[in-house]
Amino acid sequence: MSTKKEDQNMVDKIWNFFSSITLAVVIFSLISLTSIVGTIIEQGAEPERNIKLLTKFFGESFAPTALRMLDTLGFTNMYHSWWFITLLFVFVANLIICSLDRFPKIWKVVKEPIKPLSPELLNSMPVKKDIMLKGRVDNARSAAEAALKGIGFKANIHAEDGGVQICAEKGRYSRLGVYVTHFSIILILVGAVVGIFFGFNASLNLLEGTSSPVAYARNGKEIPLGFEIACNDFETTFYENTDTPRSFKSWLTIFENGRPVKINGKEVIEIDVNSPLKYKGITFYQSSYGFSPSKDSLFKISVTAGSGGKKEDIALRFGESFSIPGTNITGKIADFSPAIAVDESGRLFTYAQTMNNPAVFIEFTENGKLKYRQWILKRYPQTWSVPDGTVEFKDLWGAQYTGLQVRKDPGVWIVYLGCIVMSIGLYAAFFMSHARIWITLKDEKSGTRALIAASTNKNKIAFEQKIEKLAGGLNG
Amino acid sequence: MDSSHFFGISGIAYILAMVAYIAYLAFKNSTVGIIATTITAIGFVSQTIAFIMRGAEFYDLGQMGIMRAIPLTNLYESLVFFVWCLILGYLVIEWKYKNRSFGAFITPIAGMALAFIDISGMDKNIHPLIPALQSNWLLAHVTMSFIAYAAFAISFATGIMYLAVTTENKKSGAYIFWTVTFGIFAAVLIAMGIDFLAFKVAARSPEAFIKSYLFKATFRNDSGIIALLSYVGAAGIVFLTWKYGHALKKLIESFSISQEILDDLTYKNIAIGFPIFTLGGLIFGAIWADQAWGKYWSWDPKETWSLITWFVYAFYIHARFLRGWRGNKIAIVAVVGFISTIFTYLGVNILLSGLHSYGGG
Repeated sequence: MSTKKEDQNMVDKIWNFFSSITLAVVIFSLISLTSIVGTIIEQGAEPERNIKLLTKFFGESFAPTALRMLDTLGFTNMYHSWWFITLLFVFVANLIICSLDRFPKIWKVVKEPIKPLSPELLNSMPVKKDIMLKGRVDNARSAAEAALKGIGFKANIHAEDGGVQICAEKGRYSRLGVYVTHFSIILILVGAVVGIFFGFNASLNLLEGTSSPVAYARNGKEIPLGFEIACNDFETTFYENTDTPRSFKSWLTIFENGRPVKINGKEVIEIDVNSPLKYKGITFYQSSYGFSPSKDSLFKISVTAGSGGKKEDIALRFGESFSIPGTNITGKIADFSPAIAVDESGRLFTYAQTMNNPAVFIEFTENGKLKYRQWILKRYPQTWSVPDGTVEFKDLWGAQYTGLQVRKDPGVWIVYLGCIVMSIGLYAAFFMSHARIWITLKDEKSGTRALIAASTNKNKIAFEQKIEKLAGGLNG
Repeated sequence: MDSSHFFGISGIAYILAMVAYIAYLAFKNSTVGIIATTITAIGFVSQTIAFIMRGAEFYDLGQMGIMRAIPLTNLYESLVFFVWCLILGYLVIEWKYKNRSFGAFITPIAGMALAFIDISGMDKNIHPLIPALQSNWLLAHVTMSFIAYAAFAISFATGIMYLAVTTENKKSGAYIFWTVTFGIFAAVLIAMGIDFLAFKVAARSPEAFIKSYLFKATFRNDSGIIALLSYVGAAGIVFLTWKYGHALKKLIESFSISQEILDDLTYKNIAIGFPIFTLGGLIFGAIWADQAWGKYWSWDPKETWSLITWFVYAFYIHARFLRGWRGNKIAIVAVVGFISTIFTYLGVNILLSGLHSYGGG
């Protein structure tokens, strides 16, 4: 017997512990304070970066020790550390139990529609008005119904001794807003947990013209995709005459059993920073890019002889030659720069290791004799014309790789659902109120006596103005 | 005239309005009050015109349609928009409560933001949108965040006023808290003023413009002595605020602003700001991050700090409703909330690195 009672005590104790606001405050503070540390110490970064930072606080000699201590405590990757996750779980437990603890009381209010009250109870309402009306109760009743309708309430009429009591209410369910909001937080966290356990986050660098059946997790582990993804092309476009990128685009194709798959009727899918590719629950995001040319990279050019001759598309490797159609002139790719610029003394130089302003240097020969040579810039058409025609430099293909963020997250829809639920909950909790009005009409000698009693759980001032309007409506 | 001229007019107007409101508070001359309101309104109209014009300039430059022409893409533009929201919120309060004395507390925040723009040598040019910002979520995420920030700023001002009115004892924690906070704000404002003068007089070279000028004439001066003196001066200001904090109480009381109105205004602004911040700042931010980066939450410093701010205001609301906290305790939470907001907005961009680096302008 006694052990059972103790058990009960134990359960009560645990319940009380988790339902206490004090715990909520402690958890709020702990999560906030540790998070602050986490924003200062760079997360998952190279040790050198944090050593540099810590040197500012602790001096050079102590910085490595400080970093080692922080590392042991999990502060260098703290949002994934066991103690931070534990804090989040305690937060959720606290939230659930706090809500459950207070829910029955509110549910009772929400479940029961408004009903007539005794004069004593009406007298205790925060908003009251006492007015004398000229007509009889019946007239006053229809006036009251119309006036309530005027401020957006529907009247319920109850007969009483020597008169009627009219009750009306609005926004009863808004009292649940708090619980809906709390529930949405739980939903979001459940979605996050589902994502962590059943999904993955990986990355993949794909050189133009290559494909891969796997992506790579942060720790370097291969994650099979279940299909193959190929990068056909990658391109950065820039705002005119600047180095400000306008778009990063990749053209991707999915292969299943060696055959290309059509998505929305297309084999080649264009992706952009804000528009990823989704296939079989895996999403590919454009996240970075890079430049890594090889001897197999192809220069794609378009050659036209004279003015207005036939245009010919040519692809060739570094050092290879082509001829301008209908002439004896041959061009040979002799040099390349991914980002060419001119310095103050007029010398050319390469200013970046990405294809910001690619240019090819072509030597033109006629019957083996050098005739002229010229830099041709991809972004500047005025550099394309040569004495015997036009040479357009279209692309260096197979030299850039696209950096894809690869993600599978079966929990994301739960997170989104949580977000929608949260919006509804917050709206109900902050912008709706539960307003109740009781009007008692009583026959008296000189007319009808109207007693208005009302209460609201939010935005009292605006509600009082409504009651004023209601009282005016009764008179009119 | 282009947008920068109108922005210039609004900047001057807000700073004049700040002076006029403080003068109104000090002399209680109703003409001065009307002048202050008029100047603020002129500034507001001018800024609205500037905002629209900048949008049009942006539209011409980007050629990406109206949804990609919202001038809210860097720190400069966002600060200017914050000021706009703040002034709008203030004008609504002045009109609703028929009381001008709040102006002396709210316009300095606007003045500080504008001074900060000039001193920090922030880039004011229009830059075309980088790919990550080319999203329809930009408008919803940024505007809602700043509406919330402005609401929080107002709750900060009324929170400080509340504390000023209710505290008597110079040794009480609440009194020390508000005078020190107020003193630090005043010291920062004055330091910015000194920077502003030093910057206008001395530096004319393009390199100097590129470099940040914030606190270079004071706390961050090359000369150690000046830097030290600046800290001593700041401590002096804080001390004086502590010593003569009662003067402010008398001033506010002379305008018959009750504690209840201040407490109510603080709560109302948080009650408006909190859900807007949750939806626009956190939820829309998460959805956008999910679409652009493939992660709805990545514990990036900006995200983490907005979560911290969210916790502080969530605490405010729960303490008020569940614990029935009223008075000084709750006003302190409101003030702390805005300090956290400032850090979320500026501190993270200036001091910490992360994905939200485009705000760094």
